[in-house]
Amino acid sequence: MKMSSLLRFATNRDYSLVGPEAARAIEKGLANGEWYKSPIPRKRLKELMARSDGPALRDTAIWLGLILVFGGLGIWLWGTWWAVPVFAVYGVLYASAADSRWHECGHRTAFRTVWINDVVYALASFLMLRSPTAWRWSHTRHHTDTIIVGRDPEIAGMRPPQLIIMVLNIVGLVNVPQSLATLARYSLGRLNAEELDYIPEMERWRVQVEGIVILGIHVAAIVVAIGTWSLLPVVLIGGPNIYGIWLLWWIGNTQHLGLAEDVLDHRLDARTVYMNPVFRFIYWNMNYHVEHHMYPMVPYHALKALHEEVKADCPPASPSVMAAWREILPTILRQLGDPSYFIKKQLPPGAGQLPERVEATHG
Amino acid sequence: MAEWIRACGVDDIDTEDVVRFDHGGRTFAIYRSPDDKFYATDGHCTHEQAHLADGFVMDSIIECPKHNGRFDYRTGAAKGAPVCVNLATYPVRVDGDHVLIELTV
Repeated sequence: MKMSSLLRFATNRDYSLVGPEAARAIEKGLANGEWYKSPIPRKRLKELMARSDGPALRDTAIWLGLILVFGGLGIWLWGTWWAVPVFAVYGVLYASAADSRWHECGHRTAFRTVWINDVVYALASFLMLRSPTAWRWSHTRHHTDTIIVGRDPEIAGMRPPQLIIMVLNIVGLVNVPQSLATLARYSLGRLNAEELDYIPEMERWRVQVEGIVILGIHVAAIVVAIGTWSLLPVVLIGGPNIYGIWLLWWIGNTQHLGLAEDVLDHRLDARTVYMNPVFRFIYWNMNYHVEHHMYPMVPYHALKALHEEVKADCPPASPSVMAAWREILPTILRQLGDPSYFIKKQLPPGAGQLPERVEATHG
Repeated sequence: MAEWIRACGVDDIDTEDVVRFDHGGRTFAIYRSPDDKFYATDGHCTHEQAHLADGFVMDSIIECPKHNGRFDYRTGAAKGAPVCVNLATYPVRVDGDHVLIELTV
């Protein structure tokens, strides 16, 4: 029977990490599998992996400097309509840009100096309402088992798509309450079954401490807002995850949405998208997402060069964010009725293959 | 019984780099430090079994290619999450152009 015929009859799947799909992934050899990597001479790869503090110090100084400038301006202009565009920029810098800082510093590749990675990682985690420890382990699993159903806790595009939730999250209306509830749970020392699956026992106490600190600061901002009868404290702290997250939603959802599940080849389950320099600054080059997954040791400032090395072995990059959405949107709409449907990226002629490639039985 | 086994030639490893060495059904990583000394550890990361010979050597640190977990390859010490368990290390000596590793056989 042809694969396409099989796909037509696939049913909805269980995305939890403790359900039958988890056992299935292990049984099929998809868990902790051997991923395809486009070949690069070791000497060149070493050049690309080289670390330095310079680019990230510059970019972080600009990022934090802009946050302080726009935050200060916003406080100064509070009560006037001029505060609106100022906080619109502040919010994007605070929330949308924090995600990529969280990500790169979580890999400890942005800076050569480890402690600077860790400080920026902690700051960015706070801005994003994330426990640094819980999310470090979640993201570790995401790299081990990228878009493997039953294994990856960071699958954003489940099938069928939860379209209403997706739309509400353009302004964080599901993510923010969920994140606060999760932090509250952490502060009580409670981890759910999935978190217990990927956070080692020796690290769990940290999650509780982080929950108390991060939630505490946000609750304090809310208390001050009520006490002063002003929205300003929550516009400055936490609020950007509502009004400033839209840009991350727009560019970040291009990473994997609509692509294959259960393949050991990042060329098929991740998407590289060309973006303008402003977006690339906000996103710290995570638009080169296939490359990042193939070689997570390469720092963000070398991803463009890495892309040049491997692009002949990869599906063509999406020429723009808009182009990426032009293939994503019809796909997720179709998945509402046919959850087995997905975009099957075509590898260029002569591209390398996994020795025994795992086919996308569920796409 | 401990035995010195030839792992590779001195010139097989660039300075501040790592190569793979397989012997007796086991796999190892052999390092050449920036100050031109040689070291050996188990080949696989203690976290999720990626081979460290595909990793990145920076000063005295080997970074795992899969999750960027870091070890001090001189001592095997794990340097923080996501690696929590130390690497086994092995004595190494240079004999002429050869790098030898001491293994219990």
